[in-house]
Amino acid sequence: MRNSFSDYLFKEADRDPNIYIIVADISPAGSMEKFRKKHPKRFINVGVAEQSMIGIAAGLALKGKKVFVYTIATFALYRPFEMIRDNLCYQNLPVTVVGMGAGTIYNNLGGTHMTQEDVSIARSVPNLKIISPSDPLELASSVRYCARFSKSPIYLRIGKSGEKNFTNLTSEKWRFGKIRNILKGRKICIISHGILIKISFKILDKLKEKNISPSIYSCHTMKPFDNDGFKKICTKYDLIVSIEDHSEIGGLGSLIREKAFINKFNGKVLNYSLKDKFINDYGSQDKLLSLHGISEYNIIKDIKKILSF
Amino acid sequence: MWLIVFIKTKKKNLLFKMNSQQRCILFRKKILYLSQRVSALHIGGSFSCTEILDTIFFKLLKKKDIDNFILSKGHCSVLHYVILNHLEIVSDKQLNSYSKSHSKFGVHPEVSNKGINASTGSLGHGLAIAAGFAMAKKSKDIYVVLSDGELQEGSTWEAVIAIKALKLNNLVIIIDNNNYQSLEKTSVSHPYLYPIEKKFIEFGWDSKSCNGHDVNVMSNLVKKRNKKKPFCLVAKTVKGFPISFMKNQPIWHYRSPNKQELEKALKELNSK
Repeated sequence: MRNSFSDYLFKEADRDPNIYIIVADISPAGSMEKFRKKHPKRFINVGVAEQSMIGIAAGLALKGKKVFVYTIATFALYRPFEMIRDNLCYQNLPVTVVGMGAGTIYNNLGGTHMTQEDVSIARSVPNLKIISPSDPLELASSVRYCARFSKSPIYLRIGKSGEKNFTNLTSEKWRFGKIRNILKGRKICIISHGILIKISFKILDKLKEKNISPSIYSCHTMKPFDNDGFKKICTKYDLIVSIEDHSEIGGLGSLIREKAFINKFNGKVLNYSLKDKFINDYGSQDKLLSLHGISEYNIIKDIKKILSF
Repeated sequence: MWLIVFIKTKKKNLLFKMNSQQRCILFRKKILYLSQRVSALHIGGSFSCTEILDTIFFKLLKKKDIDNFILSKGHCSVLHYVILNHLEIVSDKQLNSYSKSHSKFGVHPEVSNKGINASTGSLGHGLAIAAGFAMAKKSKDIYVVLSDGELQEGSTWEAVIAIKALKLNNLVIIIDNNNYQSLEKTSVSHPYLYPIEKKFIEFGWDSKSCNGHDVNVMSNLVKKRNKKKPFCLVAKTVKGFPISFMKNQPIWHYRSPNKQELEKALKELNSK
């Protein structure tokens, strides 16, 4: 996703001279080189100085600029958190904080590089919106929205590299703040945000073998949550399964439980989120997720129990 | 009540012909009047930087350019509001609403108020925001007033290094070096911060220090600075200046005077 982000932002910066990007020593793998070469005055590297990154972004935004700040998610949101709250959110400025490699993507670098509670933290700050695109295609729409239409601070939570596209399967357009149906099915709704949409599709393949066709949804906007869209989901399905690379506290799983209760949902809910624990596994991300109980195997097993097949 | 009478009797033409000394006495008097209606006021720090803000607003910035200023030590917003009132940007009614219910004019500055360019209050934020201003408006000088306590914030030094690296030579810091913070003397809690100007020079800035209650000296030093570098003026001030019983007394960081203290303070100002 980081390469896609660079490409999409480059295009937006080409058409709008007010767009700036501030990075905090993101490595060349972050591939902002094209932007840097073409628009050197609008590419700012503050170094390993995330608090300044946010402060300078606020100053530019107060003077009418559209600013993106970009670094690894933990350093983008946690390190300068008070600056994000006071400078961006309290003053309600159109700055997009791009957190790359969110969730457990950096499992091979250990717990200091993971952001398992970022959505939860960001959700509680007034004015701050959250977008967690499911694939590079949704990222393109997200960047376009942030660059052209947003008037508030946004936390844009993205993956890292090698993510496949899934949302090309739908003709439903990406709209900010709207839960998006990616695949139409019956009885079961599988909903996710971010890169774990890939697990939704793995489950789909397994269930199809049993002649079960679930619907797949992308909840790409985590704040504001699409209450109306979810209300409709509650009337359509018997089982709602949420999957996310995020803590069980304050993420999609929490939201679904809360909203299902409010909407008097009659069916069952299964949530797959990260446990409220620091768990390290320096192997693959899939292995770490399975230690948190998030795996295709676990999810199918639980669905089997409920549907008795 | 006193404030209303005071403001109603002011003669605007006369106000604009005042010299800096008269203005600074007037600003302090207004703050003293306001202090009678609020439970918390940062009077000591406001009195220490009165001449600094007077220098910026009346010697360095033109009225049309006042959006190029940030008060990073936002707890002294009362002084900023009093000056904006003097410049007829904040109305008498707005100033009178200071720290009242339903008012937008509180102890820390709010960017939604005309003349306020950043919501500060948490220390260590203003300098990086000013750097953003300096980047967006390279042809203009950007002024930011920091407290000396803010120099203990890591974010301040992050910004100091970044500003030099990004060649934001249109940025001017004036530090209100009153040498007091909430608990104790700044030079006692952090002795190795001194001399402050040397730290800035080491980081590639131009820096000077001077008497922070002398408007002419401050404005001359800022005007004659090396414009090929960002500039930091260390303005040596006295907290609570010039009120005898407030000077360098930590309690006046936050306290409002009672009636007897108000009378005494006004008497001292009237004798200046």
